[in-house]
Amino acid sequence: MSVWTWLTLGGAAVLALAVVAELRRRLQTSAPGRRFFRHPTAALGLFVLAFFVTIALAAPVVAPYPPYYQIDIGHPNRPPSAQFLLGTDPFSRDVWSRLVYGARVSLGIGTLAMLVAATVGTAVGAVSGYFRRWVDATLMRLVDVGLAMPRIFVLLMAVALWEHIALWALVLLIGLTGWFGTSRLVRAEVLSLREREFVAAARALGAGAGRVIFRHVLPNAAAPIIVSGALGIGNMMLLEAGLSFLGLGVPSPAPSWGNMIADGWHKMAVAWWSSTFPGLAISLVVMALNAVGDALRDALDPRREAA
Amino acid sequence: MTEPLLRVRDLKTYFVTEQGSGTARAVDGVSFEVQPGETLGIVGESGCGKTVTSLSILRLIPEPPGHIRPGSVIEFEGRNLLTLEPRELRAIRGNQIAMIFQEPMTSLNPVFTVGDQIAEAAIVHQGLSRRVARTRAIDMLRLVGIADPEERVDHYPHQMSGGMRQRVMIGMALVCHPKLLIADEPTTALDVTIQAQILELLDRLQAELGMAVMLITHDLGVVAGSADRVAVMYAGQVVEQAPTAALFARPLHPYTEGLLASVPRLDAPPAREHGRLHSIPGQVPAATAWPDGCRFHPRCPYAWERCRAEMPPLLDAGGEGEPGTHTVRCWLLTEPRRRTPHP
Ligand SMILES: Nc1ncnc2c1ncn2[C@@H]1O[C@H](COP(=O)(O)OP(=O)(O)OP(=O)(O)O)[C@@H](O)[C@H]1O
Ligand SMILES: [Mg+2]
Repeated sequence: MSVWTWLTLGGAAVLALAVVAELRRRLQTSAPGRRFFRHPTAALGLFVLAFFVTIALAAPVVAPYPPYYQIDIGHPNRPPSAQFLLGTDPFSRDVWSRLVYGARVSLGIGTLAMLVAATVGTAVGAVSGYFRRWVDATLMRLVDVGLAMPRIFVLLMAVALWEHIALWALVLLIGLTGWFGTSRLVRAEVLSLREREFVAAARALGAGAGRVIFRHVLPNAAAPIIVSGALGIGNMMLLEAGLSFLGLGVPSPAPSWGNMIADGWHKMAVAWWSSTFPGLAISLVVMALNAVGDALRDALDPRREAA
Repeated sequence: MTEPLLRVRDLKTYFVTEQGSGTARAVDGVSFEVQPGETLGIVGESGCGKTVTSLSILRLIPEPPGHIRPGSVIEFEGRNLLTLEPRELRAIRGNQIAMIFQEPMTSLNPVFTVGDQIAEAAIVHQGLSRRVARTRAIDMLRLVGIADPEERVDHYPHQMSGGMRQRVMIGMALVCHPKLLIADEPTTALDVTIQAQILELLDRLQAELGMAVMLITHDLGVVAGSADRVAVMYAGQVVEQAPTAALFARPLHPYTEGLLASVPRLDAPPAREHGRLHSIPGQVPAATAWPDGCRFHPRCPYAWERCRAEMPPLLDAGGEGEPGTHTVRCWLLTEPRRRTPHP
């Protein structure tokens, strides 16, 4: 069992390394690609992300035990060992296995919530910036309200009203309270892009508002949207972890990194491992996302073309 | 005279600027007509309202800050464009009236291939499939004289030179064979040899496709070769309008005179004053503060009291052709003997 664990762990690391190396080789030919990898932490961040995505996708292969399986109820809280890579938790479940399955939930919720937020934020920002006047005034007041709302409080309230929250509802909730910043950003981009000559040229060709926005304006605003999305996933993940830690997010026994921390919390003094490792995983992924987001920002900024 | 293709009457386009500097009367009572198949040259210095006039015709003025004043008329084939629904207007843009913009470097979308951009109007107006549209784009590239069109169709704008991009712009504008092409300084950003090629190309395409062209430029040399008629603009108004030959032979407005004198000519020694090329003294005033009376009077060598007090209307200058063929906005027409510069 433990040989297999080490083998899959190593395999995931090697695969992640290979992905980073291959990406690097392909992107070296383009200026943005070179700028991306010039960032000192970009490759490392990419590696961490690739690693966690790999184990999340290959969870059934990588995890030595099923995530709910209580191995030996009589002896919980076993320390990390050859058999239990990261020890077992107070319910006698293998922490490594739960971490692997938890990656699916945590990364999945973070990514999907970000997609929701990016979509809504982009749509609102584009409409606001393109049509200006009362449309803009109305939508931006709405955004002001959204930004002024204490988000965690709103989420807590909404979540508390549900008995057992479904994962899709959690994704929607986190996403729908997280698009305000993106919409501001996109609006600013669109406001300046709509004055560009090629937009006038497109309108002179007879293109309607939808066509102008989707084909001419937004593709030119892709870079900042992608960057803010990459940086935003981390935020979404932290939020999910926070909610789950409070027992309001992903319901036990399904593993998420947030509720794993919660499960191990009250035994912290005797079994530090069952909270620490999922906490470490979250920190690693969030830092990696920030590093990759920063590198993307530099890579996709055309003003750095000369550098 | 046949029914004009485009009739612009008393067009006024104002911009309300926020900084409190007042209203910029960028286009202030412009009237002209374009006949089917002809080339009308529109000439004037930077800032006189040429671009705003052409954008007004397609109703592309950014609102706010700009607006077209009520009372203005822009008729295309008898239909007033100013009262059309947005949908009807879109059906005309790019299909019946097309426009080429001043800056070939910035008028193409950097993230799409030139093929996609040329095909766009055909997809919008004729609902062509992408495959058919691509073939059409290749045909257009060939038509505007780009070598290797099959390969170039997949290139991005930044992979092309300025002259080639302007050809692409022309291709984009002409996909749907419009009846009127508005070319806003199509050659200003290009160097001289490329300029000549682009003008030649426009001439050839106009003959092949039988469209009318509004050729906007600040360079009288450009209109001399291509335009049938010329309208000279100054400070948001048309100050003189005449068939090209008549305008060059007998410029009547002092501003036209000045423009003509500043064109270097091959057939005559350059008119030199104090050892330098003749040019009009002073600058175009700001659109927020046009002078009272005749707007040219502060720069005019002949101006007298009446010019300062009263704005001249467009007066008929007679000459060949029907009345109204050659019109001039200048009081000199009423008092020709004043045409002697002040000492
Ligand atoms: N969006 C705008 N907002 C405010 N004022 C404007 C705007 N667009 C044009 N104007 C004003 O309209 C006037 C005429 O501008 P226009 O662009 O038509 O000049 P032009 O004749 O095309 O000059 P050029 O040869 O430099 O292209 C200018 O004085 C300018 O200040
Ligand atoms: Mg202009």
